[in-house]
Amino acid sequence: MTNTNPHRSVSLLCAGLLAAAAAVPAAAAGDAAAGAAAWAAQHSQAGGGEARSCASCHGEDLTGPGRHATTGKPIKPLAPSVNPARLTDEAKVEKWLRRNCNWTLGRACTAAEKADFLAYIASQ
Amino acid sequence: MKATLVLAGGLTAALLALGAAGLAVGDDDDDDDHHEHHKRGWVEPGEDVQPVANAAYAEECGACHMAYQPGLLPMDAWRQIMAPEALGDHYGDDASLSTDLRAEIAGYLAANAAERSGKSRARAFSVGDAGTEALPRITATRYFRNEHHEIPTRMVAGNPDVGSLSNCNACHQGADEGVYNEHRVNIPGVGRWDD
Repeated sequence: MTNTNPHRSVSLLCAGLLAAAAAVPAAAAGDAAAGAAAWAAQHSQAGGGEARSCASCHGEDLTGPGRHATTGKPIKPLAPSVNPARLTDEAKVEKWLRRNCNWTLGRACTAAEKADFLAYIASQ
Repeated sequence: MKATLVLAGGLTAALLALGAAGLAVGDDDDDDDHHEHHKRGWVEPGEDVQPVANAAYAEECGACHMAYQPGLLPMDAWRQIMAPEALGDHYGDDASLSTDLRAEIAGYLAANAAERSGKSRARAFSVGDAGTEALPRITATRYFRNEHHEIPTRMVAGNPDVGSLSNCNACHQGADEGVYNEHRVNIPGVGRWDD
């Protein structure tokens, strides 16, 4: 999905970041249900490797710990309800959305996609 | 007489207070002793490489894998790994960093690389190359291979609690503190390993 309206894109990004900075329910700019669906979506890999999703590392249940798909290192739960430090550091949120969209989808996420992910995570 | 009683009373209160304090201190000591024994035991092998001493490196790189001590690779290997384009495809992961963070971490790794270390085990990692793949690997250095070639695959790749030789701390109980002495090796499901 390509977002052709730069104004919408910027305002959504700002809303997403504000939600992240303010933590939890304010991530209302995104659509949590869409974020949940995108979370579970499997993305086949160009090189023929195993399909990837957000759950590959973070798991289906955000209140539980995850496990890095390559290194096996445990990842603390993403759900703010059990890990209040989540979604409080704007730079950290942006960094991991950038890296993990690249790894999982093979491209950057749109501002709308990021807002949906944030809304979903904030609701957990 | 009255003054003596008051004095005695005051003394008793003071003694009681001291006693309570003594008890509390005693508890702390017990905890400390227990902790020390648990942590160190009888053998106290020294550090083989300098422990990680840079917060940005520990945070950024340690988020996905053990923050390998800089003394485990030579300077040139760290330089290759920390190049901006290399971080974009970091052994298959996107590990890209902001310009400032990348510069800080690259500088820390280079300044403390294997050949810069005062510790002989760390310096051993600077001998020879670090593999022929696109990016160097600690596990591909000559010294690392010499130290691990006798360990059967089933204990590492075939062991769900280890998975890969890259997980130093799965077996080296002191890896996070830079201690790689064989006395601190415990392979999950196997136990001690003696050369």
